[in-house]
Amino acid sequence: MATTPLTLRELSKKEVLLTAGHRMCSGCGAPPVVKMVLLASEYPVVAANATGCLEVCTCISEYTAWKIPWIHSAFENAAATIAGVETMYRSLKKQGKIDKEIKFIAFGGDGGTYDIGFQSLSGAMERGHDMLYICYDNGAYMNTGIQRSSATPFGADTTTCPAGSVVPGKLQKRKDITKIMAAHGIPYAAQASPSHWQDLMKKVKKALEIKGPKFMNIIAPCNRGWRSATDDAILLSRLAVETCYFPLYEVENGATKITVTPREKKPLVDFLKPQGRFKHMFAPENEWMLKQAQEDVDKEWEKLQREAKASEVS
Amino acid sequence: MGKVVAVTGNEAVAEALRQVNPDVCAAYPITPQTDMMQRFGSFVNNGKVKTEIILTESEHSSMSACVGASAAGGRVITATSSQGLALMFEILFIASGTRLPIIMPVVNRALSAPLNIHGDHSDAMGARDAGWIQLWSENTQEAYDNTIQAFRIAEHPDIRLPAMVCLDGFIISHSIERIEYLDDNEVSNFVGEYKPVNPMLDIEHPVSYGPLILPDYYMEFRKAHDAVMSKVSKVVLDVAKDFEKISGRKYGLFETYRLEDADIGIVILNSAAGTTKDVIDEFREKGIKAGLLKPRLYRPFPYKEIGEALKHLKAVCVLDRADAFGASHGPLYIDIASSLYPYEKRPILINKIYGLGGRDYMPGHAELVLNELVEIAKTGKINVVKEYIGVRE
Ligand SMILES: Cc1ncc(C[n+]2csc(CCOP(=O)(O)OP(=O)(O)O)c2C)c(N)n1
Ligand code: SF4
Ligand SMILES: [Mg+2]
Repeated sequence: MATTPLTLRELSKKEVLLTAGHRMCSGCGAPPVVKMVLLASEYPVVAANATGCLEVCTCISEYTAWKIPWIHSAFENAAATIAGVETMYRSLKKQGKIDKEIKFIAFGGDGGTYDIGFQSLSGAMERGHDMLYICYDNGAYMNTGIQRSSATPFGADTTTCPAGSVVPGKLQKRKDITKIMAAHGIPYAAQASPSHWQDLMKKVKKALEIKGPKFMNIIAPCNRGWRSATDDAILLSRLAVETCYFPLYEVENGATKITVTPREKKPLVDFLKPQGRFKHMFAPENEWMLKQAQEDVDKEWEKLQREAKASEVS
Repeated sequence: MGKVVAVTGNEAVAEALRQVNPDVCAAYPITPQTDMMQRFGSFVNNGKVKTEIILTESEHSSMSACVGASAAGGRVITATSSQGLALMFEILFIASGTRLPIIMPVVNRALSAPLNIHGDHSDAMGARDAGWIQLWSENTQEAYDNTIQAFRIAEHPDIRLPAMVCLDGFIISHSIERIEYLDDNEVSNFVGEYKPVNPMLDIEHPVSYGPLILPDYYMEFRKAHDAVMSKVSKVVLDVAKDFEKISGRKYGLFETYRLEDADIGIVILNSAAGTTKDVIDEFREKGIKAGLLKPRLYRPFPYKEIGEALKHLKAVCVLDRADAFGASHGPLYIDIASSLYPYEKRPILINKIYGLGGRDYMPGHAELVLNELVEIAKTGKINVVKEYIGVRE
């Protein structure tokens, strides 16, 4: 398959398959993620979408922003739903009723992926459907008003675990969904960020060329929930990468590779400071939280580097 | 002509599904359904069907995969019982609201707690208002025949709704009966080629499924669903006529047994109807005019037709194999009562809850009920309207 070079000049000639006019907040990180994913595909794509901001804002009444076949069923079943679509495709292809090469992608928020959709995702990955599952990770249940999820970072103020006088926000770490998915033994799992769009699109392209189940976790800043400036989505996603809070790597057939190593690892506070959800962590009595958050990031980053090294050797 | 066989209910329904040869099947084990999907899995793995099977990690995912597969544009099946159906509850409404003609045999079983794997109707009754068509089956022959007809009904262009085919757990699913199979080609001709409507796999014509509909339009969707439901009865009867041509077996919206000239009657679903008919014969021999009505199409409920069929009786007992906790009566009773409400002169109605969690329904139970009805018809007096029978005090 001839592939479009990942240059703005060439990409700008391709049709954007999530049209303008959808109702996501201005400055939301999710639509650019979806546009990049769809632009990266050289094949027709059929998509499923879990309930959440992306779904609720892109298909209302007779208005749809999707220029590809798209289905929303429920919150926790995007993976099972696309698995059903993909299975019908295999059945009809086997019967000679369809011959086109089509790719199948599911989009889910972190709530729909890490939490309520976790079983459905795990099942679909284990069964080996030829599909790419994309989590757009904004670190909370945003659509219902910024509630804690298992993707919410340590310390964050959310509406269900607010920074109170006794409990200063979320006290647990994020679930490491990408490694959990890689541990399913699937051929490809990766993390990406819209700030590093070439890296993101390269990963999508690679994933779509691989047969079987693929998983990508893509950071998608939410200015409403992160209490950040409307136009900071790309900046914050870059800081997430440069502080190693959200490292960019891939696990291909069990081998871990860091795809973007920050030239200089920035302190985590650079990522935390511009976000109102971490404001309380900068109060003197909560210094321990900043410390712990930094230690967690350091530990995870070191571990990832070790894993990447080990993969190089083997 | 087909052949005469001795098979279990599960075996017969699996055979019907093999003969229909769907494009996709999603399956998850649960007693007493399990061996139906095991059989189907073996058809798949031995090349007896063209079906692609998805062995999911839960019934919630089975129904979700069915929704995706059906929207993709092909014929889709699954099967379940009890907890499995309860776990699917959320997605049942999505399947029907999206107008996807998925076919699902439901091998009726009690719901937890307490845990019980045996037959009653709590599962399907809990899902009766999910916007699905429900066909109920007295025996293995009916389960087989209903399964085949369900595809034609559900996929009819005026309908396009999912359908459950209910059969009693163990009593039918695991008992061997003598039945007649149709030939493979008779079944495939009868159900015909599947005609997809707005398939997602038609990438030249992209469609969006599952929009957000706000208060400005949601009610119109529900009204449209209701309007479709009102067309189901006619399609069920038309399909039954065509089915009679290939099978010689007659089906209606419900079955009546010695009801036309009856004074007293029993309304009952599924396998217990068979036992009841025998007892009715005994009462007839004693000169007592007893009859029976057994609903087949339970959703949508054919209120008018059933009201017409029952209105002349003096006393009727509705036997429910499920309770509707906190409601006035069992679920079937409530439907029968509203069928009869429009008539100024209508039978006296009583309600018995029987057979829960696989408790046997014996001829003696039918006798007791019929004797009570004889008394009520004579005196016009009722002791108690709703009562559990065959139970410890
Ligand atoms: C079974 C079920 N439980 C709860 C909800 C309510 N709900 C809808 S969207 C949502 C949050 C979505 O969060 P996430 O997946 O992170 O996506 P986001 O909105 O953040 O993009 C919740 C809780 C639901 N639709 N279904
Ligand atoms: S609330 Fe957040 S995730 Fe949702 S649309 Fe707005 S910015 Fe995007
Ligand atoms: Mg979220």
